[in-house]
Amino acid sequence: MEAGAIIRISGLFKQYQTVAGAVPVLKDVSLTIDPGEFVAIMGPSGSGKSTFMNILGCLDKPTRGTYVLNGKEVDVLSSDDLAHLRNEAIGFVFQGFNLLPRADLESNVALPLVYSGVDNGERRKRAGEMLEKVGLGSYKRSLPNQISGGQQQRVAIARALVNRPRIILADEPTGNLDTATSREIMTLFTRLNKEDGITVILVTHESDIAAYADRLVRFIDGRIVHDGAVTHVEAGNA
Amino acid sequence: MIGPMLTEAWSAMVANRLRTFLTMLGMVIGVGAVILMLAIGQGAQYEVDQSIASMGSNLFIVMSGSTTSGGVRMGGGAAPTLTLGDAQAISELSSIAAVAPVAPGTAQIIYEQNNWSTQVNGTTPGYLEVRDWKLASGYPFADSDVRAATRVALLGQTVAKNIFGDEDPVGKTIRIKSSPYLVTGILAAKGQSLDGRDQDDTILIPVTTAQRKLFGTQFQGSVRFMMAQAISAQAMPAAERAMNQLLRQRHHLQEGADDDFSVRNLTAIANAAAATARVMSLMLGAIASISLVVGGIGIMNIMLVSVTERTREIGIRMAVGARRRDILTQFLMEAVIISIAGCLLGVLLGVGGAVLINGITDTAVVVTLSSIALAFMVAAGVGIFFGFYPANKAAHLNPIEALRYQ
Repeated sequence: MEAGAIIRISGLFKQYQTVAGAVPVLKDVSLTIDPGEFVAIMGPSGSGKSTFMNILGCLDKPTRGTYVLNGKEVDVLSSDDLAHLRNEAIGFVFQGFNLLPRADLESNVALPLVYSGVDNGERRKRAGEMLEKVGLGSYKRSLPNQISGGQQQRVAIARALVNRPRIILADEPTGNLDTATSREIMTLFTRLNKEDGITVILVTHESDIAAYADRLVRFIDGRIVHDGAVTHVEAGNA
Repeated sequence: MIGPMLTEAWSAMVANRLRTFLTMLGMVIGVGAVILMLAIGQGAQYEVDQSIASMGSNLFIVMSGSTTSGGVRMGGGAAPTLTLGDAQAISELSSIAAVAPVAPGTAQIIYEQNNWSTQVNGTTPGYLEVRDWKLASGYPFADSDVRAATRVALLGQTVAKNIFGDEDPVGKTIRIKSSPYLVTGILAAKGQSLDGRDQDDTILIPVTTAQRKLFGTQFQGSVRFMMAQAISAQAMPAAERAMNQLLRQRHHLQEGADDDFSVRNLTAIANAAAATARVMSLMLGAIASISLVVGGIGIMNIMLVSVTERTREIGIRMAVGARRRDILTQFLMEAVIISIAGCLLGVLLGVGGAVLINGITDTAVVVTLSSIALAFMVAAGVGIFFGFYPANKAAHLNPIEALRYQ
């Protein structure tokens, strides 16, 4: 329990109300992540890892337990404050890219800045820089459907980075991509982690993707069953 | 946060041009219809007001009673009960400003080779006062002409045009039933009466001349009806009572005997006509406002579809930090922009339609600034009102479900 932890979760429970009664999804989950870590979260479908990511990303609230992000207790915040945290502290990367189909790449990347009150000129400038950073500087005016899937995921990463968050949450970021493109995207994440010191938390099914991370957390039936350094053997057995 | 949300709303609208246009269409038609209908209603009201003004104000018409001859009743005005003396007596009432006895008839007018059949009214100079009727040229006949029963005539515009053409009739001599009459003046144009008669198709001559020399009557000094003007609108009930009382007294009617005359309040009739026009105008406006409401519901429908269609977009926006009120503002802005733009186009459509109707028909169509302002305000209000529900729905989507939405 170091003082510098960026994410500190303890005794976290989450259950969903259904007509058949309460369904527990997360059971007594505790996890601490330090700044600059590269964590892979694995687990079979229904193990609760997506729910855990939603809570990490401030999109959902736990039923019970505490979540401290950047030293701030999240589970007591209002929905407006959560929106603010999502905007400033966290960058999201999704499996399905989730770009606005009718907006050009520059506007897509600049979207988070709209909600942090940055003026238009500055928005364009920073979006342009981020597109450069992911190697798509010359496609500012293109629409998402005019570029490849790998390129779309780069744009999504640029969008996640534009507000200079300290954490990137990636939910199956390579799920829709071929092996070569997956490798490029993972190299990009590694670079962001190693060069810029951004904390990267990644959910994946594939052990060779998890192998890019330094630490592996494995969920089964709503509990953490493994938490430790990634070795290729462990990752391979996943 | 309204500025950036406005930009976001605008770019979403530009990105979906067809949908935006279709949404707007309901508003355009609604506003256009309201403005056009109000213009038509106000035009009708204007025409009625014109007719009423041309009739004269605070008017009574006093008819002589009916007569029965061998079981055949003759109808109002047939009995020779009203006399010039009655007219004189009524004119002396304090609540009455002017009285004009009228002996009407129809005759053929001849000037050189032209002839024209028209209404000839025998009356007194008071008639011009009662009807608030000015002369276009020449001068009116005087009380002395009435006393002497001189052959003088005032021509209405229609008569003057038909028998004189472009010639100036003043000072010329016309023939009515082969007797010569001197034209002393031309009446100003009055236009149509409430029941659509051409009020300018008439000739005025002294009442005595009409009775003694033109039409002849077995009851010298009696008139079929007279017109009386009260001194003010407030004095009308008092004037009516006073006239009734005076005439019963002069006609020696016993207590309980029926009146042998009738007094009718023309202003009441005119007011009824004006009220009818107002109601019609209001009704047209009300019907048109239904289309405005339908336009508003159209906005709501398409916005609701749009919210569903853009669920994923809303999820993305929330994931990157949009607060509920940012989403609300964006969708509300879209509704407001659509309704205001629709309004502007609708104003153009309505005013254009009014100008067109004015051009191709002779119906009066009056577009007033207040009707435009009204339509505009109602439309903007309707847009915000009907835009709020979908916008609120969008703002309260669950971000996780919205992101998962396919």
